[in-house]
Amino acid sequence: MSKEINIKNLIIDKPLKLDCGQTINNFPIAYETYGDLNEKKDNVILIFHALTGDQFVSGSNPITKKDGWWSYAVGPGKAVDTNKYFVICSNVIGGCLGSFGPNATNPETNKIYGTSFPIITINDMVNAQYNLLDYFKIKKLFAVMGGSMGGMQVLQFVSNFPDKAVIAIPIACTSSHSAQNIAFNELGRQSIMADANWLNGDYSNQDKNPNKGLSVARMAAHITYLSKNGLQEKFGRKLQERDNLKFSFDADFQIESYLRHQGSVFVDRFDANSYLYITRAMDYFDLIKEHGGNLSKAFANTRTKFLVISFTSDWLYPTSENKEIVIALNAIGADVGFVEIESDKGHDSFLLNIPEFLTTLKEYINTSYLKK
Amino acid sequence: MKQEFKIIANLIDKKTRVLDVGCGDGTLMEFLKKNRQIDIRGIEISKINIQKCIRKGLTVIEGDAEKDLSQFPDGSFDFVILSQTLQAFLNPEKVISELLRVGKKAIVTIPNFGYWKVRLHLLIKGTMPITRSLPDEWYNTPNLHMCTIKDFFNFCENRKINLYKSIALQNLKSSKITSNNLTLKNLTAVLGIFLIEK
Repeated sequence: MSKEINIKNLIIDKPLKLDCGQTINNFPIAYETYGDLNEKKDNVILIFHALTGDQFVSGSNPITKKDGWWSYAVGPGKAVDTNKYFVICSNVIGGCLGSFGPNATNPETNKIYGTSFPIITINDMVNAQYNLLDYFKIKKLFAVMGGSMGGMQVLQFVSNFPDKAVIAIPIACTSSHSAQNIAFNELGRQSIMADANWLNGDYSNQDKNPNKGLSVARMAAHITYLSKNGLQEKFGRKLQERDNLKFSFDADFQIESYLRHQGSVFVDRFDANSYLYITRAMDYFDLIKEHGGNLSKAFANTRTKFLVISFTSDWLYPTSENKEIVIALNAIGADVGFVEIESDKGHDSFLLNIPEFLTTLKEYINTSYLKK
Repeated sequence: MKQEFKIIANLIDKKTRVLDVGCGDGTLMEFLKKNRQIDIRGIEISKINIQKCIRKGLTVIEGDAEKDLSQFPDGSFDFVILSQTLQAFLNPEKVISELLRVGKKAIVTIPNFGYWKVRLHLLIKGTMPITRSLPDEWYNTPNLHMCTIKDFFNFCENRKINLYKSIALQNLKSSKITSNNLTLKNLTAVLGIFLIEK
């Protein structure tokens, strides 16, 4: 990371007791904001990012030089209109874009933590980010929203702070990581750990990088973000810059080349240990178990209004799992709306330009703001 | 059908919890919200209609009333409304029992197949009746289980469902249905509106 890149950092001096038992103190949260905080401070939207996301939700990401990860949805005049709303997004703890994570240096040893970093959970991420409200002196958020792991944080946030957001929009997520979800994450982790350069997580201290392992992890995960139909339509059996099969293990097919590319660009911007920590946090997420097997209890007493959104072709966090959240909220008479968006783009749909989805977001946010 | 909405609104107590099953584009929900200050939810199957509801700031859940009413606990609403959709279900009997489970009271409105124009159409033309409230052809109608006001009245009596209020609607005129005038109302009413409870 070059030094001229401006990453906004907040040092949290309030000790945070993690679910694993350890307490962290004086740790940084890297964040970004978009739009302006109005005088009443009632136009704040807190966005939570997904597994490989970061605080650069819109505009240009200074690290990758690409558009922010949710540029289709967030920005001036967009569904989340930054001309109107003050958007805050921060890097989760355990992440690798400025917030306290395994690539930070341990002041006691002067070495990079690596796997000596404490295991964190979705609950820890949310509690760490809650400090942003104090920092900006915000009594109540207008909205909390996010997709995938961002959606899990939305659920955890409302569960922890039932009266701190007017509306909540969990998108393409679940209240409890399924065996299949855990299985795919484990595949990614094992791929990283199988890389000889991982060195039990100590690679940064030894000037090494488990790029191959991380890249394979990303390739495998990327498949789970797409749908079979989406892949077939985009790639089919098309060959990569050749007319015939090469009878080799080259990337003959476009899909192979595409996945290799996804893997190779990913390692430039992501830390392998962060990948281990964040996927672990997702696997440990089980809001149902946390509330004695009754998800409704997670939201008891909440006055937050929900809109749950899922996508037809998302098989990673399918509609049925999103609906469980709706059912739990209905069981306690909470104000919950639900819509399943038609899309063949799989789990990735929430990041893409799906007009029906973006219109739904925009209408819901704007009408809720008027009626709040 | 503004008249139908007004009658429904009058059947609902103010500041109650209401579920509109098959809420369509939310016209009725919006009307009731404005006029009765109620806490209202909708359940709707059509994605296009859901968008329209969201645009109106209404809380709506995408779902199939035939399957998805099961997600609501017993008695979770003071009133459950089913406006002119009972005939479109595969299993209306089950839907009625679900309405009465989820709601303390239910309001069911049905297009009356016993209306004299409907009967005349079948008698004279010998083809499936097409009227303003039954606009589709036999081959593309969503209506699977048409019934008359009399049918529904008898259904409730047989099932020991309490018919709290029964109203016949003929254009802008509404009148009470009783067991004494049932045969007549079954001939003259376009729509039957029933407030029922278990």
